[in-house]
Amino acid sequence: MSSVATQQADTHSGAHEEETGLWSWITTVDHKRIAIMYFVTATIFFFVGGVEAMIMRFQLMNPEQSLISAELYNQLFTMHGTTMIFLVAMPMAVAFFNYVVPLQIGARDVAFPRLNALSYWIFLFGGLYLNASWLFAAAPNASWVGYATLTSSQFSPGVNVDFWFISLSILGIASIAGGVNFITTIVNMRAPGMKLMRMPLFTWMTFVTSFLLITAIPVIAVALIFLGFDRLFGTVFFDPGMGGDPVLWQHLFWIFGHPEVYILILPAFGVISDVIPTFSKKPLFGYPIVVYAGILIGFIGWGVWSHHMFTVGLGPIADSFFVAATMIIAIPTGVKIFNWIATMWGGSIRFTTAMLFSIGLLAVFTVGGLSGIMHASAPVNLQQHDTYFVVAHFHYVIVGGAMMGLWAGLYYWFPKASGRFLNETLGKWHFWTTMIGFNLTFFPMHFSGMFGMPRRIYTYSADLNVAIYNQLATIGAVIFAISAVIMVWNLVQSWRKGEKAPADPWGAPHLEWSIPSPPHHYNFPELPTVRSREPLWNDGEREEILAVTMGEATEEPHMPNPSYWPILLAASITLAWALVMTGVWWVIALGIIPVFFCTLMWGLEPAFPEDH
Amino acid sequence: MFALARGGAVLLLLLLAACGTEYPQNSLSPHSDFAETIHQLYVSIFWWTMFILAVVWVLLAWVVVKFRAREGDEKPRQIRGHLGLEIGWTVGPALIVIAIAIPTIQAVFATQRPVSEDAMTVEVTGHRFWWEFHYPEQGITTANELVLPVDRPVNLRLGSPDVIHSFWVPKLGGKRDANPTVAVRDGEEPKYNWLFFTPQETGYFYGQCAEFCGESHAFMAMRVLVETEEDFEAWADRWRESPGALPPSGPEQPEDETELEMAGMPVQADEPDELEVGDEDPLVAMGRDVFLNQATCLACHAIEGTSAQGDRGPNLTLFGERTTLASGILENNPENLAAWIKDPWAFKPAAAMPGVDYDMQGTAGFWPATELSDEQVRAVSAYLLSLK
Amino acid sequence: MAQAAAADHHATNTGISNFKLGFWTFLASECLFFGTLISTYMVYKGTALVGPYPAEIFSVITTTVSTTVLLFSSLAMVLALDAVQKANKKAALWWLFAVIAMGGIFLGMEFQSYLKYIDYGLTLTSSTFGSSYYVLTGTHKVHVLFGMIWMGILGWRIYTNRIGPPQAEQVEVAGLYWHFVDIIWIVIFTLVYLIP
Repeated sequence: MSSVATQQADTHSGAHEEETGLWSWITTVDHKRIAIMYFVTATIFFFVGGVEAMIMRFQLMNPEQSLISAELYNQLFTMHGTTMIFLVAMPMAVAFFNYVVPLQIGARDVAFPRLNALSYWIFLFGGLYLNASWLFAAAPNASWVGYATLTSSQFSPGVNVDFWFISLSILGIASIAGGVNFITTIVNMRAPGMKLMRMPLFTWMTFVTSFLLITAIPVIAVALIFLGFDRLFGTVFFDPGMGGDPVLWQHLFWIFGHPEVYILILPAFGVISDVIPTFSKKPLFGYPIVVYAGILIGFIGWGVWSHHMFTVGLGPIADSFFVAATMIIAIPTGVKIFNWIATMWGGSIRFTTAMLFSIGLLAVFTVGGLSGIMHASAPVNLQQHDTYFVVAHFHYVIVGGAMMGLWAGLYYWFPKASGRFLNETLGKWHFWTTMIGFNLTFFPMHFSGMFGMPRRIYTYSADLNVAIYNQLATIGAVIFAISAVIMVWNLVQSWRKGEKAPADPWGAPHLEWSIPSPPHHYNFPELPTVRSREPLWNDGEREEILAVTMGEATEEPHMPNPSYWPILLAASITLAWALVMTGVWWVIALGIIPVFFCTLMWGLEPAFPEDH
Repeated sequence: MFALARGGAVLLLLLLAACGTEYPQNSLSPHSDFAETIHQLYVSIFWWTMFILAVVWVLLAWVVVKFRAREGDEKPRQIRGHLGLEIGWTVGPALIVIAIAIPTIQAVFATQRPVSEDAMTVEVTGHRFWWEFHYPEQGITTANELVLPVDRPVNLRLGSPDVIHSFWVPKLGGKRDANPTVAVRDGEEPKYNWLFFTPQETGYFYGQCAEFCGESHAFMAMRVLVETEEDFEAWADRWRESPGALPPSGPEQPEDETELEMAGMPVQADEPDELEVGDEDPLVAMGRDVFLNQATCLACHAIEGTSAQGDRGPNLTLFGERTTLASGILENNPENLAAWIKDPWAFKPAAAMPGVDYDMQGTAGFWPATELSDEQVRAVSAYLLSLK
Repeated sequence: MAQAAAADHHATNTGISNFKLGFWTFLASECLFFGTLISTYMVYKGTALVGPYPAEIFSVITTTVSTTVLLFSSLAMVLALDAVQKANKKAALWWLFAVIAMGGIFLGMEFQSYLKYIDYGLTLTSSTFGSSYYVLTGTHKVHVLFGMIWMGILGWRIYTNRIGPPQAEQVEVAGLYWHFVDIIWIVIFTLVYLIP
C-alpha cells in the first residue's frame, strides 16, 4: 500500500514557500514550526530534569551519603518534578498537538496562529524563568505540590517559592491559551466530511485534553494567586494561626492535579491509538468505545482528586467516595487496553520503533495502572502514600505511559515533519535501553517503598536495608540516561542525513499522510473531502484525496502573517509576573503597562494579509 | 515479550533478595490490629492485580508472537469491533473492581472506627524536625521515642505547630498527617487527626515523618517501644520520680563506670571508691550545673523535677533511657551526644537547636549559640545520659 | 450573524467564527476561575477569628444599587452592538459611553464600600473573611476595569471608522465578555451579600 504513496512532491518551488532564517522562526505563526520549537525546547528541558534526577540517584545510591547538601537535594527534587511535568511532558504533548492535529483534520493551521506562537513563547520564558532560580542558588525547594504551610513566608522565607509560584502562573497562561486554541481548531476547522466520529484518536484525545486544560488550570491559578497574596501581601488563606486551612491548598492543588495526570496520559493514549492500527494493518478495534472511554476518563478524572489525600484525615465517608470514584476510572482504562490488544489481534504486526514503544507502553503502563489500584484503596494507601512505592507508581504512569507514547509518536511522525526517517537501528537501541533502564530504575522502588523508604528524603538510614534497591535504581538510571543520549543522537543525525521518507511511509490511514513529507507550509493545496474513518485505506477515497493533496496550491494560499507581537507579549507577561516578586504594588502595576501595550498592538495588527 | 520475561526475572530476583532480610520499617509486617487490617486487604488486592497483570501480559505476548507480520501476509480482516467483547471486558474488570472496593470500604471504616472506652490517649505533635509525645492521662511528655503498653488500644491525637508532618510507623499504624492546628473562635474545638490502634506484640519499631516538612525532613525519624503493661507503668513511674533533680542516693549505679569509659573519660583509680559509696559522678554534677545554671538549655528543654521547664524543644526526662538521639537518626551514646550538642546542623541542617560552635548561618529567629567548653559539653552529655 | 461570519475568513464547521467560539471557550475557563474563588469564599465564610463579620458590614441596599447599575450596563451593551450592526455610529458611541460610565459608577461605589469596610477594620490581612472577600471581589473589579478599557478602544475604533457593520463581531465578543462579568457579579451578589 505504501508503494502507491511514494510519489513525493519534490517540486519545492514557486511563490508559496515559507521564508527561512532566525527571524522567520521568531515571528513564525506556522503550527508546524511552533511544534518543532516546542519539541526541541521540551527535549532540552528533559535533559535538565534528567541531570537533576541523576544527581539525586547518586546521592541516594548508598545510605547516609552526603554528596550534596540536604537543601540542594530538596531543590533538585522540586525542580525535577516541576520541570518534568510542566516543561517536558505537557509541552512535548503540545508539540504533537501542534504538528499533527491540523494535518489530521485537514486544516491549514490552528484557529489562532498568533495565540499559538504566544503559548510557545510564554512556555519558553516561563521555563527559563523557573530555571533562572538556579543562578541565584534559590531554586524552588518545597516540592512540586508546594503544600501549605511549608510554602508560607514564615517557613520558606527566601525567593525559592516565589520563583515557583510565579513561573507556574506564567506557564498556566500558555496552557489555557493552548486549550482554547485546540478546542476551537477541532470544533471549527475540520475538512469537509471530517465528522467528529471520523476523527483520528489522537485528535480526539487532544480534544479531551484541551478541555481538561481550560478547566483544570484556572483552579491552580487561583491557588497560586492565594499563595502569592499570602507570601507578598500578608493575606491569611493558608495561615492556620488566623483560621486559614492548609488543607484547602491540597484540595485546590489536586482538583487541578488529578486532571493534570490525564492531561499527561491521554495524548499518549491518542498516539498509540493511531500507531497500533497502522502497524497492525487493522482499523482500531471498538473506535467509539475507545473515544467514549477517553471522554469518560477525562470526566471522572474530575471526581477523584482526594485519592491524593487519604492520609489527610477527611473521614471515612469522603474516603469511601473517592475510593469508589478512583476505582471506577480503572474500568475505562482497562477497556482501552483490551481494545488495543484486540486491534493487534489478527493483524499483521510490523515491529517498527514506533510500534515497539506502543507495545512497551501497554506492558509497563499496566504495571503503573495496577499499582495505582493498590493505593486507590484508601487503607492500603495509608501504608504506600509518600513512599517510594508511589514514586515507582507514577513514574510507571508518566514515563511508562505518557513519555513512551510520545516517543512512539516521535518515531511515527518524524518522517512527516522532516521528510526523513529516524534511524530504525538506533531507534531499537533507544527502545531497548529505555525499557531496561526504565524498569531497572523504577521497579526496585516498589520494594524500597514497601520496606519503608519515604519519598522526598535526602538520605536514608542504613538500618532500613533498602540500599540494594537504590543501587539497582541508580544503575538503571544510568542506562536510562544513555537511552536519552541515543535518542538525541538519532534525532540530530536523522534530521540532517536520514533516509528520505515518502509522503506515506507507513501505509497509514489518516489525512496527515496524504500530503508531502515535509508538508508545504499551507499543508493542503485544497481541502480534501473525507468519507470514512480511515480515508487512505479505502480504494477510491484514497485516490480522490491524493488528487487534491499532492498537488501545488493553484492560488496564493490564504495564510496568516508572521508576527513579532507574540514573542514581545510573552516577554512582557513574563516581565510583569517577575515584577510580582518585588511585592511592591506600584512596581507590579508598572509591569502591566508593556503587557497592555503589546496586547493592544496585537489586537490592531491584521492577522491575515487582506485584513487592512 | 522479552520485556515480560525480563520483568518477571527481576521480580523473582528481588523477591528472593527480600526474603530473610530484616526490614525494621517494613510495611508488610503488621504488629497491630490496624496494620493487620491493611495488610490483609493489601494481600487480596495484590493477587487481584497480579491476575489482571497476568491476563494482560499473556494476551499481549501471545498477540505479539502470533500476529507478527510474515512474508506474503494477506491483508488482515478489517474487524472494527465486537459488542460482546466490549461488554465482557467492561463487566469483567467492573466485577473485580467491586470485589476490591467492598473490602476496601470495610477497611476504611475499620481503620477509622470510633475510639473504645479503654483507649489511652497520646497527643503527638510533629515539630520541625522532631516528635513530641504527651500522655495527658499520665501527665508525661517525652520525645522521639513513643512508649506504649502492649494490647492496650491507643488513640493518637496528631497535630503540628508549624508545617504538615505525617505519623508513620509501618508495623503499627499510619500514615496519618499531623496537620497544622487551625485556630478557631473561642468556644470551638480545634480539629485534630486521630489514629487509633492496638499494638499486639512487644517490640522496638521504626517510624518516620512521611510528609515533606523542609530541609531536614529526612532526619525526622522516631522509635516506638511497645512494652508489657508492667514495664510501661514502671517507665511512667520512673518518669514521675524525676531522676534529674537530685543526686541519686543508694548504691545501685553499676553502669556509671562503663559509661565513663564509653565517654572516653579516663576512669581514675580513686574515683570508683566515691562511686561505690553512692556519691555522684562529678562530671554529671558539673553537667547538671551547666545545663540548669550556665547554658541556655533550659530555655527550650524540660527535665522533670528541675528548674528546666522549656517547651520549645524535646523534653529530656529519662533521656538516658532513649536508644536514639536527634529523633532517631543517631545512636544515643556520649560521643554522638557531645557531637550533637556542639554542632546539631552537622547532623540535621536547619534544626532549631543552636550549637556550640555554630555560626547561625544567617538564619535569624533561633537561639544564639551556646558558648561551652569541650569539657562542659562532655559534662552535659554525661548528665543527660545519667537521666534514667 | 451574517456580519460575524464575514469577519472570519474560513467557513467553519459550526458556522460560529473561530474568534467567538474561542472566546466562549475562554469564558468556560473563566467560570472555573471564578468558581474556585467563590468556593473558597464560601468555605471560609464562617471561619474568621476576628470581626468584622459579613453580617455586620454589608449593606444590601448600597450593593443592590451598584448591582442594578451594572445590570443596566449590559442593556447598554446590547444596544451598542445593535447600533454598530445597523451602522448607527452616533448611537453606538453613546451606548458604549453609557457602558463605560455605568461600569465606572459601579467601580466607584464599590471602591467607596471598600473604604468603608477598611474603616470598620476589615482588611486584606485581618481575617480569612477579609482575604477571601477582597481577592474575590477585587478580581471581579479588575475584570470590570479591563472591560471598560476594551470598550474604550472599541469606541475609538468606531469613531475612526475602523469598526462598522462588517466588523461588528468585535463588539459582539466584547459584549459577551461584559455580560459574563455581569453574570458573575450576580452570582457574587447572591452568594456574598444576599445569603446571610
